[in-house]
Amino acid sequence: MSDTPNKIVLKDIHKRFGRKVVLDGLNLEVPRGKSLVVIGGSGTGKSVMLKCVLGLIRPDSGQILIDGQDSMKFDNGEREEALRKFGMLFQGSALFDSLKVWENVAFGLIQGRNMPRGEAKEIALEKLGQVGLGPEVAELSPAELSGGMQKRVALARAIAAEPEIIFFDEPTTGLDPIMADVINDLIVSCVRKLGATTLSITHDMASARKIADYIAMIYKGKIIWHGPASQVDTSGNDYVDQFIHGRAEGPIKMEVLKP
Amino acid sequence: MNPLAIIGRVFLDFLTAIGRVAVFTFHGVRHIFMPPFYLRLLVRQMMTIGYFSLPVVGLTALFTGMVLALQIFIGAGRFNAESAVASIVVLGITRELGPVLGGLMVAGRVASAMAAEIGTMRVTEQIDALTTLSTNPFKYLVAPRLLAATLSLPVLVLVADIIGVMGGYLIATHKLGFNAGTYMKNTLDFLQTLDVVSGLVKAAVFGFIIALMGCYHGFQSRGGAQGVGKATTDAVVSASILILVANYFVTELFFAGK
Ligand SMILES: Nc1ncnc2c1ncn2[C@@H]1O[C@H](COP(=O)(O)OP(=O)(O)OP(=O)(O)O)[C@@H](O)[C@H]1O
Ligand SMILES: [Mg+2]
Repeated sequence: MSDTPNKIVLKDIHKRFGRKVVLDGLNLEVPRGKSLVVIGGSGTGKSVMLKCVLGLIRPDSGQILIDGQDSMKFDNGEREEALRKFGMLFQGSALFDSLKVWENVAFGLIQGRNMPRGEAKEIALEKLGQVGLGPEVAELSPAELSGGMQKRVALARAIAAEPEIIFFDEPTTGLDPIMADVINDLIVSCVRKLGATTLSITHDMASARKIADYIAMIYKGKIIWHGPASQVDTSGNDYVDQFIHGRAEGPIKMEVLKP
Repeated sequence: MNPLAIIGRVFLDFLTAIGRVAVFTFHGVRHIFMPPFYLRLLVRQMMTIGYFSLPVVGLTALFTGMVLALQIFIGAGRFNAESAVASIVVLGITRELGPVLGGLMVAGRVASAMAAEIGTMRVTEQIDALTTLSTNPFKYLVAPRLLAATLSLPVLVLVADIIGVMGGYLIATHKLGFNAGTYMKNTLDFLQTLDVVSGLVKAAVFGFIIALMGCYHGFQSRGGAQGVGKATTDAVVSASILILVANYFVTELFFAGK
C-alpha cells in the first residue's frame, strides 16, 4: 500500500458552491517525499482543493486517494487515522485564541498524541525557535502577535508533530523577504530531512522556485499545467507565462473595471 | 410567490432544522461517553456556566422570592389564607420559578457566549484546525459544554431555591409580620422531596438545552462578524423558547406521576 509512487492523488474532483463552480474536474498527483507547489490566481479554488483532501469540504464528485486508499470511503476511525498523517497551515493562520502561543504549537502533540505537557512544551519552543520566535513569545496569546508572527506560529503548529504530509496555504504571505526566505528554507528542510510530502500554495514565485520540486498551475477549477519546477520558465504555456511574470495582459482576464 | 409554496418551504426548512439539530445532538451526546475525556475542559466549563452564573441567578431568585411573598400575601389575604404564604412561596420557587427563571437567565448569559465563541472559531477556521490536529471538535468543544451545563444547572438551581425561599422569608418576617419560626415550619412542612427533585430535573434539561443551542448555532454560523452575531441571537432565542416548551412537558410528566 505505502509504496505507491504518489502520496496523494486527486481524480476528477468537482465542487460547486450554489451555482458557482469552483473545482471543475481537477486532477493532481503529489509524489511521495516531494514538494509540489500549486500556483494560480486568487479565488481559483486552491484553498478549497486542500480542504477537500483534508475532508473539511466534501467534493461533489471525484476520488481522493491518500497512500492509495480512497478517502471518501473512510469511516470515522479511518478518517481520524488518516488525518494524523497531515499537518496544515491555514491561510488565515486559524490559531486558537483561547490558548497561549506555545499551547497552540503543542496542541496536536498534547490533545492528538497524548504527550505530557512538559515534553510537548519543549518541542513547541524548539519549533518556535525554528520560525524565528523566542521563548518570550511563547507565553503570549495569539491576539498579541502581528499577522506575520501569527503565520509563523501557525507554521510551527503545522510541523510540530512532524507529519508525513504537510499542506502550506500561502506560507510566506505577509512576511518580509528575509523571513520569507527563512520559512522557505524551513519548508525545504521538512521535505529533505523529515522526508515529508508537501503541497504548498503560493503567489510568491521566488518562494515557489525555492521550495518546489514540481509546480502545477490551477485555472478555472482545473490543473492546466504541471511539471518539474525547473521547466516552469520554459513551459510554453501562455497562462503560466503570464502568471509567473505577473502581467495584466494575456489569456487570463481579470474581471476588473478599467477606469 | 404562491402562498402555499411559501408555507411548504417554511415547513420544509423547519423539518430540515429539526433533522440537523437531531444529528448534532446525537454526535454531541455520543462523544460525552466516548474516550478520550477532556476533564480540564469540563471543569473550566462548569466554572463558567455554574460558578460565574451564581450572582445573576442568585439575585434573580432573591427578588423573585421577595415579590412572590408580597403578591401571595395580597392574594391569600382575600381568602383569609395568609398562613399559606410560606408553602406557596416554596412550591412556586422550587417547582417553577427557580428552574425557569434561572434557566432563562443562564440562557442569556451562557448560550450567547457559547455561540459567539464557537461561531468565531468556525468563521476563523479554528474548528477546521482542530480536525487537522487529530482532535474531534464535537469531543473537544461540544461534549464538555453539554455535560458541564447539564451537571451545573441543577446545583445552580438548588442554590437559587434556597436564596429564593430566603427572599420570601425576609419579606414575610420583616414586612408582613410573620413569626420567623412559624414561617420556617410552614415552609418545610408542606414541602415534598418531589417538589425539589422535579425542579432539579427541569434544571438539568434546561442546562442541556442551553449548551445544545449555544453549540449548535455556533457551529452553524457562517460568514464573519455578522454571522456570529446572528448565531448569538438565535442561540438565546431558541434556547429560551425551548426552555419554556420543555418546561411544560417535564411538568406534565411529573404531574402525571403526581
Ligand atoms: N465555504 C464556502 N462557501 C461558498 N463559497 C466558497 C466557500 N469557500 C470558498 N468559496 C468560493 O470558492 C472560490 C475559491 O475559493 P478559495 O478560497 O479556494 O480560493 P483561493 O484559490 O485559495 O484564493 P486565494 O489565493 O485568494 O486564497 C471562491 O470564489 C470562493 O468564493
Ligand atoms: Mg486561498
